[in-house]
Amino acid sequence: MSPSTPVLPALLGRFGWHDLPFVRAWQNPTASEIIGAFAGGLVVVGAIAVAAVLTRHRWWGRLWSEWLTSLDHKKIGIMYVVLAGVMLSRALIEAVLMRMQQAVAIDAPGFLSPDHFGQLFSTHGSIMIFFMAMPFLTGLINYVVPLQIGARDMAFPWANSVALWLTIGGAGLMMASLVVGEFSTGGWSGYPPYTERDFSPGVGVDYWIWAVTLGSIGSTMAGINIACTIYKLRAPGLRFMRMQMFCWTSLCTAILMIFAMPPLTVATLLLALDRYADFHFFTNDLGGNMMNYANLFWLFGHPEVYILILPAFGVYSEVVSTFSSKDLYGYVSLVLATMAIAVLSFTVWVHHFFTMGQSANINAVFGIATMTIGVPTGVKIYDWIWTMFRGEVRFTVPMLYSIAFMMTFVLGGFTGIILAMPPLDYLVHNTLFLVAHFHNMLIPGLLYGMLAGYHYWFPKAFGFRLDERWGRRAFTCWVVGFYLAFFPLYVLGASGMARRTQAIFEPSFRPWLYVAGVGAFILLAALASLMIQLYVSIRDRAATMVEAGDPWDGRGLEWSVAAPPPEYNFAGLPHVDGRNPFYDDKHDAGRPDPYRSPTDYSDIEVPRGSMAGIAIGLGAAVAAFGLVWEMWWLTLVAAEVVVAALILRSFGRNQHRTIPAAEIAAEHEAWLARVRATRPIPRRLETQAINRGLAEVRA
Amino acid sequence: MPLESHRGSMVSWRSAMVASMSGCLGGCSALSHGFLAAAGPVAEQERHLFLVVCGVLLFVAVPVLLLVPLFAWHYRLSNTDHAYRPKWEFSWGIEGLIWIPPAAIVVGLAVLLWRWTHIDDPYRRLPGGPPVEMQAIGLDWKWVFVHPQRGIAEVNRLTIPAGRPVHIRLTSGTVMQSLLIPRLAGQIYAMAGMTTELNIAAHRPGVFRGENTQYNGAGFQHQKFAVVALAPADYQRWLARAKAGRRALDASAWRRLSARSVIAAPVTFSAVTPHLFDRVVAATGGAAHSLSKARP
Repeated sequence: MSPSTPVLPALLGRFGWHDLPFVRAWQNPTASEIIGAFAGGLVVVGAIAVAAVLTRHRWWGRLWSEWLTSLDHKKIGIMYVVLAGVMLSRALIEAVLMRMQQAVAIDAPGFLSPDHFGQLFSTHGSIMIFFMAMPFLTGLINYVVPLQIGARDMAFPWANSVALWLTIGGAGLMMASLVVGEFSTGGWSGYPPYTERDFSPGVGVDYWIWAVTLGSIGSTMAGINIACTIYKLRAPGLRFMRMQMFCWTSLCTAILMIFAMPPLTVATLLLALDRYADFHFFTNDLGGNMMNYANLFWLFGHPEVYILILPAFGVYSEVVSTFSSKDLYGYVSLVLATMAIAVLSFTVWVHHFFTMGQSANINAVFGIATMTIGVPTGVKIYDWIWTMFRGEVRFTVPMLYSIAFMMTFVLGGFTGIILAMPPLDYLVHNTLFLVAHFHNMLIPGLLYGMLAGYHYWFPKAFGFRLDERWGRRAFTCWVVGFYLAFFPLYVLGASGMARRTQAIFEPSFRPWLYVAGVGAFILLAALASLMIQLYVSIRDRAATMVEAGDPWDGRGLEWSVAAPPPEYNFAGLPHVDGRNPFYDDKHDAGRPDPYRSPTDYSDIEVPRGSMAGIAIGLGAAVAAFGLVWEMWWLTLVAAEVVVAALILRSFGRNQHRTIPAAEIAAEHEAWLARVRATRPIPRRLETQAINRGLAEVRA
Repeated sequence: MPLESHRGSMVSWRSAMVASMSGCLGGCSALSHGFLAAAGPVAEQERHLFLVVCGVLLFVAVPVLLLVPLFAWHYRLSNTDHAYRPKWEFSWGIEGLIWIPPAAIVVGLAVLLWRWTHIDDPYRRLPGGPPVEMQAIGLDWKWVFVHPQRGIAEVNRLTIPAGRPVHIRLTSGTVMQSLLIPRLAGQIYAMAGMTTELNIAAHRPGVFRGENTQYNGAGFQHQKFAVVALAPADYQRWLARAKAGRRALDASAWRRLSARSVIAAPVTFSAVTPHLFDRVVAATGGAAHSLSKARP
């Protein structure tokens, strides 16, 4: 993009009319600019449409008081997942555009300009990692972990809200870059010196820096919160070695977040100093060295892979065990393997740049460390396989994702070991082979897991089940689309096709690019199926209500409460004496009734809503927007809002609301009465309308 | 009649074979640009390692690919013809089976990895006599290859003698880049102010594709070059012809090349500013990197 003349620089900083995609498309109506303007228009129209619907239905007040300012971990979790869904839609459409471009730009320019293509792969990667995967897994953990450990909320409910809003603020910057200005072309990893002002003078890299910085600070806070919740708020008797596997993987993920996110924050802030204050951390000249950036970034970047994958491993552990009606095989093994993966993930970062010229000894050490991670990962897969052994497997949607994951992930592991061999990495690094590999890990290892978790816990969160038929259709599209879209990339990578290529000059690549393009469309159909599924499920919810709360004959404490759970989660805190407390109560003779009244009811304190979280998150985003455009006054004002919100919140006194024991007793007893009136159903009917959330116990 | 129909199915089976073969050939024509069509000793060794590793990994992948569908299907709810043991969750035998073989495979692969990482170290000189010394400088969006002893240079074409090792020192006059010639050897980064090294060789005369694989801006996709391997006699003739040209890679030519641009066709320079490579390294901060640039 050519630099444009600033308009009112004192007020608007570097902004010029040319920074609006609509103006660019008007002046230069190429397909590339029109697509950019259309995307920007979609953001504006979408925002206006949402505002209009909220106004028409007079939902603003409820949205504000019950959702946006809520400190309830369940609502925060749901908002994280909604954010992930919105961002997934954008980033997937971008992926389809890139696949289409590569399919048509064989000895031809295609329809996307090189610069636009560069922005697309940068936003696609940044969004998928920081604003799709991270919010999705943080949302699931937020929702599920307190319920699984018998807690009433997270350890720091208010910090939870701040973390959410910082993440939303970062995502907002990503969206703003569609409407005003441009985005970085430096990829999701933003390697300098390319991202220094000498080579990327525009606002794009600044958008990237601040969006990622806000996201990384939010994730650090989320990590601290999750770890403290699991350390301090477990129900009486819930020793570490009795926790659900999802809690274990959440704990490991949280620890990784605490230690891995700060190097990223540091790296992006040092790069910001280079760009704004003429420092020379990573510049070519005056002693800068981009190798330091590569080390910092991947010191974050590799543990990040396991931050993404471990929660999905937790979901699979829950799903495979529940839908096989069987105890998880090798619990201790799985815990050890998870911990081993978490520790080893900090010892392998150099494999992201085997080709940087270090000695063979260094490369060999890091290569071997990388392969070592394959052992605990392989053990986990076998643990799930042996969990199915002598079980009663039901092919529900979450189970289908789990099976597809196991078979697809092992192929990604196969190519991962190839990449871990330095001599082979020299050949396929930076090619589509690498792109195929990490999509082969992250789509089954993250996305399928998140979707399995979404199907599995959705009835718990909303009180009704998701439509099975559309769920299966979406599943089929995700699996078929994945294989078609990414397996051709292995071939292309082995043929030497570099990643991030806007045009191709090798006609023999054409058939493979066509197949990959078809795969991308099928993946888009998968996303559409998910949306239709959500619509159909809400429309037909009367037939799938599971108020009794236990549609899958679940094992952990989260299934022992109503669906949706009350704000305080548990009328009385549960006592835990084993790994499957709720399941054992249901199925073992001589144990207490799983649906019993607590010995006595007492008042429960829950956090009141607070607008400080939203003020801090959005204030930080506006301050960052000011930094991007060099509107210093805006940054100052917004930063003051952030500080003021922090101070005011610190002096706030009336931060809790007490729910009286009588109200809790009435609500809980009424639910128990409805449970007693519910007909228990056997497992073979669990996807039928008759399943109202009460499991039949085998005689 | 049965015989007829049998023959019919044979024919269709054969035509399906032919169809799938031609489909495979279509694929192979893409793969013929990659390391599977290795044309030099380094890529050949790496291809060998690739096939060995793939063979070993079959022992990792195949059991999972078989067991997952087998167990899931056999132990399905509607199949009442198997034992149901909801409380069974541990066995030392299985524990050994799932920890020891993967660990053993990784130990075996680790030995292989250590050995081959040293053999295929891009800095390791190749056997076959003293190498041809070359220098590669990455620019936006082109490669400059300097033959320092002869004082000639090429842009976007690298001419080498077939059957002789070539030793390339790399740096970048701009952002980080990565030089890959898939049929000859693996890649190595080129970074401003620093020097990296790569050793390549081509068995026979031929033309091979080379490229930058590290994104560096709007002209990235055009940063490709041909590696021309000539028979020794042809190579000598080529050197003489290149030296006889008139174009010089002097300060003004260098300024033009350094601009962010794509050049249409390869260029040969018959004279090169002395120590051009070292000057580029120094100009982009080489002094500050003197500690990190050399490797024993």
